[in-house]
Amino acid sequence: MATDSVKDVVLSPVFKNNPIALQVLGICSALAVTNSMNVSLVMGLAVIAVTAFSNLFVSLIRSHIPSSIRIIVQMTIIASLVIVVDQVLRAYAYEMSKQLSVFVGLIITNCIVMGRAEAYAMQNGPVMSFLDGVGNGLGYAVILLVVGFFRELLGSGSVFGFTVLTPVQNGGWYVPNGLMLLPPSAFFVIGLFIWVLRSFNPDQIEKTEYRIVANSKAKIKETANV
Amino acid sequence: MASNNSIKKTLIVAFSLCVVCSVVVSSAAVVLKPKQVQNQELDRKSNILQVTQLYRPGDDVEDKYAELITPRVVNLENGEYSEDLDPGSYDQFEAAQDPATSRTLSGEQDLAGIGRQEDFSTVYLVGDPENPDQIVLPIRGQGLWGLMEGFLSVRGDGNTIVGLSYYDQSETPGLGGEVDNPRWKAQWDGKKIYDDGDFQDPEIQLVKGGASGEYEVDALSGASLTSRGVTNMLRFWLSEQGYAPYLARFHDDSAGGA
Repeated sequence: MATDSVKDVVLSPVFKNNPIALQVLGICSALAVTNSMNVSLVMGLAVIAVTAFSNLFVSLIRSHIPSSIRIIVQMTIIASLVIVVDQVLRAYAYEMSKQLSVFVGLIITNCIVMGRAEAYAMQNGPVMSFLDGVGNGLGYAVILLVVGFFRELLGSGSVFGFTVLTPVQNGGWYVPNGLMLLPPSAFFVIGLFIWVLRSFNPDQIEKTEYRIVANSKAKIKETANV
Repeated sequence: MASNNSIKKTLIVAFSLCVVCSVVVSSAAVVLKPKQVQNQELDRKSNILQVTQLYRPGDDVEDKYAELITPRVVNLENGEYSEDLDPGSYDQFEAAQDPATSRTLSGEQDLAGIGRQEDFSTVYLVGDPENPDQIVLPIRGQGLWGLMEGFLSVRGDGNTIVGLSYYDQSETPGLGGEVDNPRWKAQWDGKKIYDDGDFQDPEIQLVKGGASGEYEVDALSGASLTSRGVTNMLRFWLSEQGYAPYLARFHDDSAGGA
C-alpha cells in the first residue's frame, strides 16, 4: 500500500472506485440533501472535511489504538469533527445549515467516513490517509453534485438557484417534475449514473451471481395440497 | 502491538481521547456561539422586514430594523400592551410550552392545531409605535406535514393585509411548498381580513379555482391540505382567541381618523 501515488489516492475514488457508485456506501444522505445544487455542494464540502480530518487523526494515533476499542475511537473522532463542522456551518453559513438541518449531524453515520478510517487510515501514514479522505470525500461530492444537478434542473428548473427553465408557476413554459424534488428520485439518478460509469469501466461490472435456468417441469404430487 | 491491548493502555487511550475530543467540541461551541446567536437574530429580523415589503435587497438588516421596527408584547386576552414583559427577552414559543404562561386548546378551539397558546405575544410595529403604518403578527399552525411558522403583516387600519410569509415550513416541495413562491405571496397585498363592522370573525380565506373579492386568495394548486392549514391558521390567529382584541384598537383609531 505504501506504493500508492498521490494522484491515484485522490483521483481513483472519484470515478474508478467511487464510494457511492461502486461500493454503494452513503446512499442515505445522497437521497436526502440533493434537491438543490447549493445544498449538495455544502454537504459535499462538509463530508470532504470530515473524511479527510478523521483519516488524518485516526492515522496519527493508529499505532496506539487498542484493537478492542478501535471502532469506538474512530467514532469518537468522527463525531467530534462532525459537531465542529456543524457549529462552523451554523456560524458562517446559517441559511445553508438551516436547509441541511439534521443531515450534517448524520454525517457521523455516513459509512464512507468510517469505512475509510477502518480500511485505509488504520494501515497508512497520516499524509496519505488525509489525501485518501479528500479523494473519497470528492467521490461522494461528485455524485451529490450530479444528482443535485438533475434533481434541481428537472424539479425546479434551476441550477445553483439560477433559473434555467422558467417553471409555469412563474409564468414560464416548463412544468416541473415534482417527483424530482422528493428523495426517491435520487435512486433513479444514482442508478443511471452507476450504469454510465460501468459502461465506461466494464471491469466494475459485478459477476452475475447466478443464472436463471430454463423452467423445469413441475412434478405433481398427490400430497401437495395439505 | 500486544501492549496496546493491555487494560491499562486501553483505559489511557480511551480517557485521553475523550478529554481531547471534549475540549475540541466544547471550545468550538463556545467560540462560535455569539456568531450563531447573531445569525439567528438576523434571520428573524430579516424575516420580519421581508413581510413588511419595506426591505430592498442590499439594505442593511440591522439598520433598517432599528429604524423601522418597535417590538411590543401584547396580552392576547384583552389586547393591551404588557408593561411587565420586555419585548427584547420575551420568548413566546417558550411561554407556549409553560402551563403558567399559556393555555391548552382543545377540540373546536384549536383550529390551528397548535395544542397550546401563549397568553402574551410579541408584535412588531412598523413606523411610529403610537400610530403604526404596519403591524407584524407572528402566526403558526399545522400544515400538511408539520407546523408552519410565519409572520402576517397588517396595515395600520388593522384590517388590510400587506403580506404573509413563512420562515419555517415543511410542506411538499413544488405543491404546498409554494407558500414560499413570491408570486403566490404577492396576492396577499391589499386583501381584507374582516367584513365591515364584524371584527370578531375573520373572513379571509383561500379558495380553489380563482379568488374573487378582497376576502379571498387563490389556494395553492395541488395542496388542498396546506391551503386549509393556512386558512385555519389565519382564522384562528385573527379571531377573538388571537389578535382580534388587539387589532380592535386600530379599527377605532382609523374610523375616527377617516
